[in-house]
Amino acid sequence: MSFISFLKQNWPELSTLLRQHLSLVLISTLVAVAIGIPTGILLTRRKSLRGPVLGIANIMQTIPSLALFGFLIPLPFIGGIGARTAIVALVVYALLPIIRNTVTGITGVDPNVREAAVAMGMTGRQILWQVELPLAMPVIITGVRVAMVIAIGVATIAAAVGAGGLGVYIFRGLRQYDNNLLLAGAVPAALMALIADFGLGLLERYFSVAHKRRAGTTSARKKFMVAATAATLAAVITGIYVGSRESRSRNAQPQSARVVVGSKDFTESAILAEIVAQLLEARGVRVERNYELGGNLPHDAMLAGRVDIYPEYTGTSYTAILNHQPISDPRAVYDQVKTEYAHKFSVAVSEPLGFENTFAILIRGAEARKLKLKTISEAALHTPNWRAGFGQDFMSRADGYPGFSKAYGLRFAEQPREMDLSLTYIALASGQVDLIAGNSTEGRIAALDLFQLEDDRHYFPPYEAVYLVRQETIARVEQLREVLAKLAHAISTEEMRQLNYEVDANKRNQAEVVREWVKKKGF
Amino acid sequence: MSEASNKPLVEFRDVSFSHASSAAPIISHLTFSVAPGETLVLLGESGCGKTTTLKLINCLLMPNAGEVLVEGKPTTAWDPIRLRRRTGYVIQEGGLFPHFSIAKNVALVPALEGWEQARIKNRVDELLSLVGLEPNAFADRYPAELSGGQRQRIGVARALAADPSLLLLDEPFGALDPLTRASLQREFAELSKRLNKTAVFVTHDVREALLLGSRIGLMQAGKLLLLETPEEFLKSKSEQAIAYLETLRVPAGSGKEETQ
Repeated sequence: MSFISFLKQNWPELSTLLRQHLSLVLISTLVAVAIGIPTGILLTRRKSLRGPVLGIANIMQTIPSLALFGFLIPLPFIGGIGARTAIVALVVYALLPIIRNTVTGITGVDPNVREAAVAMGMTGRQILWQVELPLAMPVIITGVRVAMVIAIGVATIAAAVGAGGLGVYIFRGLRQYDNNLLLAGAVPAALMALIADFGLGLLERYFSVAHKRRAGTTSARKKFMVAATAATLAAVITGIYVGSRESRSRNAQPQSARVVVGSKDFTESAILAEIVAQLLEARGVRVERNYELGGNLPHDAMLAGRVDIYPEYTGTSYTAILNHQPISDPRAVYDQVKTEYAHKFSVAVSEPLGFENTFAILIRGAEARKLKLKTISEAALHTPNWRAGFGQDFMSRADGYPGFSKAYGLRFAEQPREMDLSLTYIALASGQVDLIAGNSTEGRIAALDLFQLEDDRHYFPPYEAVYLVRQETIARVEQLREVLAKLAHAISTEEMRQLNYEVDANKRNQAEVVREWVKKKGF
Repeated sequence: MSEASNKPLVEFRDVSFSHASSAAPIISHLTFSVAPGETLVLLGESGCGKTTTLKLINCLLMPNAGEVLVEGKPTTAWDPIRLRRRTGYVIQEGGLFPHFSIAKNVALVPALEGWEQARIKNRVDELLSLVGLEPNAFADRYPAELSGGQRQRIGVARALAADPSLLLLDEPFGALDPLTRASLQREFAELSKRLNKTAVFVTHDVREALLLGSRIGLMQAGKLLLLETPEEFLKSKSEQAIAYLETLRVPAGSGKEETQ
């Protein structure tokens, strides 16, 4: 599919993402201006505060954005998932350039001019508004310009906390190795940054004293200025309007009829979430989709009451959430998870959906055939000559790399490369690495001629797919019970692989793929 | 404004000043007064305390000891904003607001005082003419478009805008080239005579002091060494006064003006 036809086909979604991105950036920049400029002014009046405040702002800006989002999620009022958290994080990043440039701009005012202002009998407030701020304005606008460009970039990461924006396409594109998606997310973001930079650059030039020239030209400049201000205001208002309309519609719906469906940040999770979402909608329930949440976000969001239901794997809950040592009996794992979730989190666990998605230790099919390898134990003899690539998740979790390598006594030619999970398949197929830990339901395993080594020591715990649902939501929405009953043992491993393949390899629209499947199953 | 014309307009009574950070006094035990209508020139080298003395008059600085009286009232009892708006202030390079047009710069104090637009406009035109600049040609320009001499004239016009009885000038012509400086000095001398303003004028240029001052106060290390009329100053036996006068005599005929 060409990029242009991709854009045409996905325009409704893309325009929503653009709007979300724009409102995230505008709202956070406005808030940062509203906080940053007064703070900067205060710092010019209280010199003793300058070091500490700028120091704190400096440190805040060095926090990696994903870490900051993660840190914000459990916090009350400013945290959680969605646009609010993203805006808080964006404001944090935007503050430093605005505060610093306000201080620099005001302290940079010619002392002669300041002395004249005082000696003419101007009050402190008059000096600030009529002399210091206008003269500092170009420098302050430079700060806003830097802040806005940073915000446009960081806002792409906001997709990881369910705030939407162009990052949704970027994350999805990375995951599905889809250049169209990547470009559809990255190009508009880059354009937005260029436009913001250029527009604020014009504004900055307008305010600069070097441009103060005699009358004739000022009226034209004034007209331009009015137009620029009007355009900026219009954009801001539209952004806010969109933002508020979204939050209004979110708040306006009656509690009983609304279910927030979440998913993790990979295709299969999103497909499973979409299945529930479509089945609920078919039964008259209003659904809000909050897909593609990274790491343990769906769990945290569920505990915070911001997500009602999301697909999970029993083994993940058992080890990563409940911190148990991996065991291999599926029934025991399921029962333990069900009991503990009900007890600890008031969260219900659905019947298993019918397939497992365990870690699949993969090598190239050609290699497997050549070396006649079937099991991980057999492969262990060759690994000292191999390079491995693993997703971040696998590297860090209890049932991941540390325990796995110990269980099989694996050693590699070099420290395993830690990278994005979806990229590991391509890395393996193209010979960049020789062994990866993928998902057993990954659609591309067959397509890329990869071979799954057997877990002959039964190291990986069972990862049965289930839905986790807040008990309160089950009690509130009776249609949910019916939908969950229908989905029990309803999806085979082959079906799941096929669904994944349609989305990941054939680049088809996920909602469409799910719609077809639901129809075929007759739900 | 010449009410009570014998009472001094400005009076220093045993005034000392030092910055909080350093123990060394900038000026110490200064006592003198300025009569209405006179131009008192404070002459001295850099760092002698002459600018500090000026700043004590319009509350830019407050004395550590003694009293500065303006119109018979101690500066500590004045509302600083009120006092400054009644006092014209001119500094080197003018200190014009670069983002204000010339008209707006001149109109600063009248605008702060809430004059009507029409009255401000008339006053600006009047003042620009007074300092020798054509109102129509200059009102809408910006300071960056003017020469140093023109900017300095605007600085004087701004100081005169609200018709203050007292003018404070801190080396106003110090940064100008010698020819421009000479013509501005002449014009200022005429102007202050014509307008009957009281002025305190700070300079390190003895020629300027002799030309403009009705009295010259020679300052050194924060003290007033002598306070005399130009005629007395020319005949002074004071070592420092003689040293200053020496500078006027040096290489006549070489065409070389003394520079700052």
